[in-house]
Amino acid sequence: MEALLKVNDISMVFGGLRAVSNFSMEIKAGELIGLIGPNGAGKTTAFNMITGVYTPTEGEIMFNGTRTSGKKSYQVTQLGMARTFQNIRLFSELSVIDNVKIAYNMHVKYTLGEAIARVGRYFSEEDEITKKALELLKIFKLEDKAYETAKNLPYGEQRRLEIARALATEPKLLLLDEPAAGMNPQETKELMEMIRWIRDKFRLSILLIEHDMGLVMGVCERIYVLEYGFCIASGTPDEIKNNKRVIEAYLGEEVS
Amino acid sequence: MNALRKKDLLTLVACAVLFAVMQGLMMAEIIGPFWELNIVLICINIILSVSLNLINGYTGQFSIGHAGFLAVGAYTGAIVTVKLGFSYELALIAGTVAAGFLGFLIGLPTLRLNGDYLAIATLGLGEIIRICILNIDYVGGASGLMGIPRLTNFPWVFWIMIFIIFFIKNFKNSAPGRCCLAIRENEIAADTMGIDTTKYKVMAFTLGAAFAGTAGVLFSHYFYIAHPASFTFMRSFDILTMVVLGGLGSMTGAITGAVLLTFISAYLAEYPEWRMIIYSITLIVLMLRRPQGLFGNKELSLKMFHLGGGKDGSTAESK
Amino acid sequence: MDMGSFMQQFVQQLINGISLGSIYALVALGYTMIYGIIKLINFAHGDIYMLGAYFGFIATTMFGFSFIPAILFSMACAALAGIIIERVAYRPMRNAPRIAILITAIGVSFFLEYSMILIATPQPRTFPAVFEATIYHFGPLVVNSQQIVILISALILMAVLTYIVQNTKAGKAMRAVSFDADAARLMGINIDRVISMTFALGSALAAAGGVLVGIYYNSIDPLMGMVPGIKAFVAAVLGGIGIIPGAMLGGIILGVVEAMVSGFFSSTFRDAAAFAILILILLYKPAGILGKNVREKV
Repeated sequence: MEALLKVNDISMVFGGLRAVSNFSMEIKAGELIGLIGPNGAGKTTAFNMITGVYTPTEGEIMFNGTRTSGKKSYQVTQLGMARTFQNIRLFSELSVIDNVKIAYNMHVKYTLGEAIARVGRYFSEEDEITKKALELLKIFKLEDKAYETAKNLPYGEQRRLEIARALATEPKLLLLDEPAAGMNPQETKELMEMIRWIRDKFRLSILLIEHDMGLVMGVCERIYVLEYGFCIASGTPDEIKNNKRVIEAYLGEEVS
Repeated sequence: MNALRKKDLLTLVACAVLFAVMQGLMMAEIIGPFWELNIVLICINIILSVSLNLINGYTGQFSIGHAGFLAVGAYTGAIVTVKLGFSYELALIAGTVAAGFLGFLIGLPTLRLNGDYLAIATLGLGEIIRICILNIDYVGGASGLMGIPRLTNFPWVFWIMIFIIFFIKNFKNSAPGRCCLAIRENEIAADTMGIDTTKYKVMAFTLGAAFAGTAGVLFSHYFYIAHPASFTFMRSFDILTMVVLGGLGSMTGAITGAVLLTFISAYLAEYPEWRMIIYSITLIVLMLRRPQGLFGNKELSLKMFHLGGGKDGSTAESK
Repeated sequence: MDMGSFMQQFVQQLINGISLGSIYALVALGYTMIYGIIKLINFAHGDIYMLGAYFGFIATTMFGFSFIPAILFSMACAALAGIIIERVAYRPMRNAPRIAILITAIGVSFFLEYSMILIATPQPRTFPAVFEATIYHFGPLVVNSQQIVILISALILMAVLTYIVQNTKAGKAMRAVSFDADAARLMGINIDRVISMTFALGSALAAAGGVLVGIYYNSIDPLMGMVPGIKAFVAAVLGGIGIIPGAMLGGIILGVVEAMVSGFFSSTFRDAAAFAILILILLYKPAGILGKNVREKV
């Protein structure tokens, strides 16, 4: 089967610093993949290249049959890739439902003229978006708060809203940047179940960057490990757990 | 859906009533020429402040060169009627299109900048426009373009104002409008929502500039003259002040700001030497007391009086 | 125009430009210091320059001061005015949205301009000649003593400022606050005092600029600060806002460009040229000539 995402040998150089070197990965439709590594290993840089925030200095990225390296981030999103942020980036002064509606905007077909004159498809499509947004919020147990201002939500709900918003772009691949950051073990466990459930319910692939080893080992089917910008291992959670270099990277050289 | 249409219709009826009352008072000469002039000025200022609010308040792009587009509209309109001898309607269209087109040309490269840098660039561009006009003899240079017929009257200015207010309100409550709000809130996140941020920034800037152009045509065809001194950066500050005073991002705020400041200004006309001093103290005190503006980014609505806010999201209208 | 007369004109305009530019630089320094410390485009700064010119006028006409006492008197008064303005109008708004503070600054600017019109009438006043204007001829080039005084005064003031910022405790505190206000506070720096001092220093420099301009053009009026104020800000952005040597460089460049445009094209396009340069700089190197680009981390 053709891979949904194919990363070929990408590198990113900032000035004299090689943040990521010759990194390759493959994600097939429906897979749940983890990307781990110590602080400063280049995970977020790799993520930013895949989502189009940075253009790799070398190598190329193919997504769903299209070359995405060199495309802008909004174009990559339009091709079916969505993401969340390590430090939550909501539209904080807007209502919860507007946050989600904005993500549906891409699929709106009415013209500016129709919107201004309030004729034609404007009302039917707006109703449709509102309905879809409310349904999505219901799935994430946020429907009661649909008209609250996003910044007033508690932290956990803001995380959920960010994921819901990403899903509203109707992606084929969802990238989650440290979704468990700032969560307690109980919340992390719930998140784990939610991630798996999202994959099944929305039939998409997920790429997860995470610090929390428990979460990654528990939920991912395959894992890539970065250290100092190099990919030092990849494989199933069991293979990774027993990989000598990974243990070294995480626990320090002395152990060996 | 029907509720929305009904609400729009109701607002329109209210506007028509307001118009009829004002027009009646003017015809009965209860409102004298001094206040009639100021009412026309209020309408023009409302157009300017709601159009600047579209750029600064909704899209979060800090522009302070609005007077430049006002000037382009004023002069283009005057050229169409005075020099070319075409109709007022055509002047209105030409002024709007010319200012909008210039806004598009300027917006495309400059909107990459953000924050204070954009502010100072737009300020500079506004001044460049004015200085260029100052150096064109065809339009009168430093002495201004004179002999413009007074073709603007209260009905014209009022209904164009209503049209623009509805245009911007409906824009805000549509997909492109929400894209602009998203850019204001968080440009990086907006980008990952598949929003071409440059496109929508330029769109908002172009529309805002175009309406400032409309205001310019109305302005020059009411005051008989288009003079470069009317379009300095002080004028841009004036418009910005109206928007911020009412509350950045609030349409009703922008309208209130325009009405309030024009009134204060008109009222103080009797004390010319004290006028600007009182105006500036009012401004400072208001900002010290209410830095977020009179309404913040919320809209003034009847709900505000009943519930003190309640479920008013920023597109509270949508449900 | 043949090559010889071109060169002569060029050098002449260079001289004019540098002396005018050093005044922009003095005003730009205040802008850049205040921006560096509280991120405020202090639109009232140009009016402090106007105040400075009037203080200098009072000192020379009423008190009969000579040049140096007059400029010091004016600088002291303007420093005090700067501190008062910051206390009354800006300090209460420390946590307000930035645009609100900007509007306040515009309000303060109007207030100063029109208060001065009320007090001193809108009529321009003749600034007394504090020393004899001598005109020196260097071959075909013309330099007058005022230009030399302006340049020397500006250089001395900039040197003093650089010394204060680089070598004194107060200067270190200023740099610390502009780098990271919260961290500076945790290190026990009194932020309010540092901000007051920044306003005092910036205002004093602007006042010196005002006095020098009064001497140069022999004429002052209550609205004289509006356009130079904006241009000084342009100069600050040109050099890289928040960077002290940048403001000096930006001021000089702006002065030279304006002199060249008036010399070779037309003085009516002088202001447009200043803004055009600004826009080009912003588009190609938005952080200014000496600034570094900072990109938001994702």
